[in-house]
Amino acid sequence: MQKQAKFGIGIGIIVISLGFLAWLGYGESKTYYHTIAELQTLSGTARAHRIRVGGTVEPGTIKRISGRVNFVLAGEGKLLPVSYVGSEPLPDTFVDKSQALVEGSLENDGSFVAEHVQAKCASKYEAAPGGDPQPDSAKPGKT
Amino acid sequence: MDVFGSFALLLAFLCAAYAFVGGIAAILTRHPLLVKSARQAGIATCGLIFLATASLVYLFFSDSYWVSYVVSHSNRDLSNFYKIAALWSGQEGSLLFWSFLLAVYVFSVLLVYRNKNGELMPYVGVVLAGVQIFFLTLNNFVASPFKVLAAPAANGALEIFTRADGNGLTPLLQYPEMVIHPPNLYSGYTGFTIPFAFALGALLARYPGEKWIHLTRKWTMIAWCFQTMGILLGAHWAYAVLGWGGYWGWDPVENASLLPWLTGTAFLHSVMMQEKRGMMKVWNVWLVFTTFMLCILGTLLTRSGVVSSVHAFAQSSIGNYFVGFLVLVFAVCFVAYVKNRDYLKSENQLDSMISRESSFLFNNLILLVSCIAVLSGTLFPVFSEWFSGSRISVGAPFFNKVNIPIGLLLLFLTGVGPLLAWRKTSTDSLKRNFGWPLLLGLFTGVVVFVFGVRDFFSLVCLMLCVFVTTTIGMEFFRGARVIRSRSGASFLASAVDLTMRNTRRYGGYIVHMGMVLIFVGLAGAAFNRDAQKDMQPGSTLDIGRYRLLLQGFDSKAEKNYTSERMIVEVWRDNKPLMMLYPERRFFQTNEQSGTMVAIYSTLREDLYVVYAGQNPDTQAPVIHAYLNPLVKWIWLGGLVVVLGTLVTLLPNRRAVLVLAGAPERSAAQQPQSLAPSVALREGHD
Repeated sequence: MQKQAKFGIGIGIIVISLGFLAWLGYGESKTYYHTIAELQTLSGTARAHRIRVGGTVEPGTIKRISGRVNFVLAGEGKLLPVSYVGSEPLPDTFVDKSQALVEGSLENDGSFVAEHVQAKCASKYEAAPGGDPQPDSAKPGKT
Repeated sequence: MDVFGSFALLLAFLCAAYAFVGGIAAILTRHPLLVKSARQAGIATCGLIFLATASLVYLFFSDSYWVSYVVSHSNRDLSNFYKIAALWSGQEGSLLFWSFLLAVYVFSVLLVYRNKNGELMPYVGVVLAGVQIFFLTLNNFVASPFKVLAAPAANGALEIFTRADGNGLTPLLQYPEMVIHPPNLYSGYTGFTIPFAFALGALLARYPGEKWIHLTRKWTMIAWCFQTMGILLGAHWAYAVLGWGGYWGWDPVENASLLPWLTGTAFLHSVMMQEKRGMMKVWNVWLVFTTFMLCILGTLLTRSGVVSSVHAFAQSSIGNYFVGFLVLVFAVCFVAYVKNRDYLKSENQLDSMISRESSFLFNNLILLVSCIAVLSGTLFPVFSEWFSGSRISVGAPFFNKVNIPIGLLLLFLTGVGPLLAWRKTSTDSLKRNFGWPLLLGLFTGVVVFVFGVRDFFSLVCLMLCVFVTTTIGMEFFRGARVIRSRSGASFLASAVDLTMRNTRRYGGYIVHMGMVLIFVGLAGAAFNRDAQKDMQPGSTLDIGRYRLLLQGFDSKAEKNYTSERMIVEVWRDNKPLMMLYPERRFFQTNEQSGTMVAIYSTLREDLYVVYAGQNPDTQAPVIHAYLNPLVKWIWLGGLVVVLGTLVTLLPNRRAVLVLAGAPERSAAQQPQSLAPSVALREGHD
């Protein structure tokens, strides 16, 4: 019985300390996903969270200014001005009409400052007649 | 060929259905002819799947642009090498490829054991056929790769038409790793079906003893080895292709491949408890069930975009089938367990905190905690939406916080576990086994601290690496010394002889050594640096000891793409070293571009140079350079792991003499008097 208790304590310590670490990491990295329409209705602390938004890049809005890239994301009929300030170069797939996912925070004026941008090309070839529409998977490289 | 392929798949489905139903009938009636026919139906299923796969490959090679899947994933100018990769670059093809690899395993198992284990094999055959039925259902009725392009003709009837050329393969997939990475990972995923089928079959049949474990050990090792290679090749692909300077980003798809690896690794270790001491039977059965379910979940995550959908990317309905299958598998496993749980009663109890058993126990515990952490982090967006309504995702800090300490604990156990005795280890043997390793580990700590390593985890990691290496080295040294004292052969020859006498044990040490090398590489990540700069011909960029001098550009039209290269001269410590050519490729067919990273790799560090596009203001080209210490050790470690696994699969060279009384007692306990037993102990630990 005493042995069992010893094992119990050992296991308990490991699980609890790892759980604590998980909780710390969760607090540090949790990111709320919102749609563009939801962003405009957020208030209070919800505006201060780390936020992730997805949308389509409005054609012709990508403006590269030194140190940042400005563009407009569209979704559900709403527009969101985004300013990308990250150091990584934008992905090759980031072009007009591509689907983009930006991560960062909401500014007081309703614009969005992004630190990360992921993008996926809008499928150039629409569904071939008779064939299935064949959107690439989100991460085309990873089969 | 498309019609041929479709029919082959349909027939395969029917054969699998027969193997399943006939197999159950065979189990119930025990009629030998039924047993035989069910087995042969299983073999026929595999043959038909081979034919279907071959016909899809043929369609790619013959540029058959009336088949929808071929149009979507190939074009005429695509090299033959990548036409093979195109087979698994999309949904339909990769599901067929799953069936194909599974068929390879099933075919081998049914053939190898056709006249053996008569009580068990019908059950195994039924389970295997059940899994095949699921994938064949997808191949036939949900995501057929043989769909043709058709359009309504003037008279209203559908008419097949042919496109002049295909849409081409995604540039990201046009890399050599992408031709070998998916087959490896998939072989790992599918391979775990075999131990799963044996475990479930043995449970259903109430098959006596631990025989199913002996039967599946090699299959499990093979699957595990493929999976390890698959994960590392995937990491290498991400490193060499995606151009962000890293190899692991805790992306859902990466996590999906890691999950079954974690439980599979736990399973490989904990079965030894069952073999040796008749313990952990319930645990083992559930570990292998879980591993199989995580393989299915991994396929689900990669194929359906369940998690990516949270990132607002495309979603596919195929996920529902997988969820349904997972629920079914779980239900079957659960019922089988509840009905037969008395058969899994443990024969022994844990004796001591410091024993081989407890080291396995803790190894399993933390692997499982890691698995749960990765799984919950990956699925967090899905669950948080169910429970709280808001979709919350967690990122790298979450995964790192949990998994770095876990990794270090595992590394520690890698060194300690194999040297602890079963049941109970004496303080004396602890001193003898761990004195030197501990001392050398601490010494390393001091040295690297003096050399400026201040990152806590990296410091601990490097200390542990030396600690584990020393314990493994001492094991080889002791054993080889004994053999040498008898045979007089050279030390190296004695070490090889030692390994070949007990391949399982010493192969295991080699695998552990590979993991140590991988950890050395991971420890380097804390010291990654990068620099980015607008460049003109003649301008330079300094990073670490290196200086990059941009000499100019060239541009070349290849068959399938146009490439634009930077010509960069690399200087190290003010001496010219070599040329690097970071490159951007533009693919005409699908108007996408790709990056080719130029890497100068040494054991000390990787110089990783990316042509990062043009600066929007000045139109000046931008270089993004990274200096990543020790990365090469990861890939080397991978090779060592594979080598070690191959060694464990070899049969022992000669019949092993067992000294009386030795097995229960660790030889290391009394290395002088019992020394021969180090080398000659029975081959199972």
